[in-house]
Amino acid sequence: MLTYILRRILFMVPVTLAISLVAFIIIQLPPGDFITALTAQMAENNETLDPETLAALRDRYGFDQPMIVQYWKWITGIVFRGDFGQSFEWSRPVADLIWDRLGLTLIVSFATLVFVWVLAFPIGIYSAVRQYSWGDYIATFFGFIGLAVPNFLLALVLMYLSSRYLGASVGGLFSAEYVNADWSWGRVVDLLNHLWVPVIVLGTGGTAALIRIMRANLLDELKKPYVELARARGLSETRLLLKYPVRVALNPFISTLGWILPTLVSGAVVTAIVLSLPTSGPLLLNALFAQDMYLAGGFILLLSILTLIGTLVSDLLLAWLDPRIRYE
Amino acid sequence: MAPLIEVADLRTHFFTDEGVVKAVDGVAFTIPAGKTVCVVGESGSGKSITGRSILNMVPYPGRVLDGAIRWQPDGAPPVDLLALDPKGREIRAIRGKDIALISQEPMAALSPVHTIGNQMIETIRLHLGLTKADARARAAEMLAKVGIPRPKDRLDSYAFELSGGMRQRVCIALAVACGPKLLIADEPTTALDVTTQANILDLFRELRDALGVSILFITHDLGVVAEIADEVVVMYLGQVVEQGRVDDIFHRPLHPYTRALLGSVPRLTRHRPERLPTISGMVPSPFERPSGCLFHPRCDRFEQGLCDRSAPELDRYANDRVARCFKAGAGS
Ligand SMILES: Nc1ncnc2c1ncn2[C@@H]1O[C@H](COP(=O)(O)OP(=O)(O)O)[C@@H](O)[C@H]1O
Ligand code: SF4
Ligand SMILES: [Mg+2]
Repeated sequence: MLTYILRRILFMVPVTLAISLVAFIIIQLPPGDFITALTAQMAENNETLDPETLAALRDRYGFDQPMIVQYWKWITGIVFRGDFGQSFEWSRPVADLIWDRLGLTLIVSFATLVFVWVLAFPIGIYSAVRQYSWGDYIATFFGFIGLAVPNFLLALVLMYLSSRYLGASVGGLFSAEYVNADWSWGRVVDLLNHLWVPVIVLGTGGTAALIRIMRANLLDELKKPYVELARARGLSETRLLLKYPVRVALNPFISTLGWILPTLVSGAVVTAIVLSLPTSGPLLLNALFAQDMYLAGGFILLLSILTLIGTLVSDLLLAWLDPRIRYE
Repeated sequence: MAPLIEVADLRTHFFTDEGVVKAVDGVAFTIPAGKTVCVVGESGSGKSITGRSILNMVPYPGRVLDGAIRWQPDGAPPVDLLALDPKGREIRAIRGKDIALISQEPMAALSPVHTIGNQMIETIRLHLGLTKADARARAAEMLAKVGIPRPKDRLDSYAFELSGGMRQRVCIALAVACGPKLLIADEPTTALDVTTQANILDLFRELRDALGVSILFITHDLGVVAEIADEVVVMYLGQVVEQGRVDDIFHRPLHPYTRALLGSVPRLTRHRPERLPTISGMVPSPFERPSGCLFHPRCDRFEQGLCDRSAPELDRYANDRVARCFKAGAGS
């Protein structure tokens, strides 16, 4: 087991480097660079920059050097100095911009994960054990609705409902007075007050999917001889259910750990924009538009690493849960 | 001597979307204490469901409609297991302790994600209330008893680390761990290769002699019956068609179905052909049960106007035998 863990962790290093290289290349793929994007933008506003300034900017950011040299500067800066470079658009170090957003993204992801698990686990079990009961039909009905309704629509509906009936300010993760405040107890409470809307919006689809998966898996497992034998050994229904088939059917829950972050980042941009969440999705999208390459690169790199860690943790949990994986 | 258990007029049907399957339709037999009763019949004749009904754990959408399972160990007043709540305490105290199941698929009968010891200790503690350490010691002792080498180490193994034969031994150890009075062994050797089959049969005989346990041995293989049975119950389409002592059944079968089954076994040796024995004709679909005698479309003694009109009863014959056939008394 220990060697397995070590092997997996060591394996992450080259994968991360490969991702960083690919990310860097892809960010550079669109024609032009930040300077051309900037001049285009200024031209729209009937402004121009004189050639000297442009040349100075190019020189400063090293745009004239070969890509591999740029990459090398960038990655060594990160690895050895924790320096993610400078955001062109914001004229601030990328690291300053990223950490706050990343932290909030993680908080939203984690809260969504808990929401999904807490709902999907009991409902999935119930649906399977009481197959074709009223409760199962109701769960199935809402499950399909949850799968079918696009997130942004759900977001709009929730925003409407909560501003209409709860009188709450929706959108964002904080009320106006806390947006730029330092962390305090009040700010945490304020965050929790805002968190439920994005969590419901982001988690509903996943919950519905996981309920379906749990139900199908558990229905399969319930028919297996080891369940019947556990019953024939005299175990009570609840005990045997939780100990045997549920345990075996649990694997997809663990796997959510691995996919929740990438879905939140890539799939949830629209939601995040609708809900004006200060998470990483919208900022990343902006950075890509503006060809703000160090900001975009930094985001992609860190999100990839987090995703890799999520996958690693879920794989380790799976191996811990399921000896068949462990012994392979 | 009073039997250990008496199955009376058992009827278990499955209410499927396609219609009602009369899996067990009026089965009656007894199992004497310390004896091995074999239930034989082609696939689909209701053997497994009879075994499940005894434990009062018929799978959905099945239901026991009628009948009684009279459990009367050591001359105690009989308890009708079917009258107990299938999820209740009383039947659960009997399952795994007094009556244990050994299933057809040793591959799948053990949890894929728990150790062998975990499942054995769980059962032992549940029924015998031992401490963890004592239960573990007993579990190892049971593994040793069924011929598993290095039993203490094996407790920490998972089922998938063992061969099919070893797994079936573990299942048997699990079944006898709490000192049961009745073992229900549902085709325990079917999934195994011939050599392993012979070893497992030997193990059953040893355990029967050492523990004095009664065995309800379900099989479709008359070669196995010859090796292990004291008594034989022959089933066809959910009904008992013949019951008697093993010698009588083999040497003087009363029912044409029994005779046909015997005729399809070339030699009663351990080296049976791989192919399963076949009888002319096919087992009818459960939704097209023949009129009159259920066996009449395949019977070589079929009499037009009699066998397809009325259904024969289970009649008594000399030597404590029963058979369900109009011609059974006519000699062979
Ligand atoms: N879960 C089930 N649902 C529907 N029908 C079933 C189920 N289990 C068994 N049956 C039916 O009951 C009949 C008897 O089955 P079974 O007792 O398993 O036969 P055997 O063990 O003799 O091969 C078969 O016709 C089978 O199709
Ligand atoms: S009753 Fe008739 S059809 Fe049925 S087994 Fe006897 S002889 Fe054959
Ligand atoms: Mg069967």
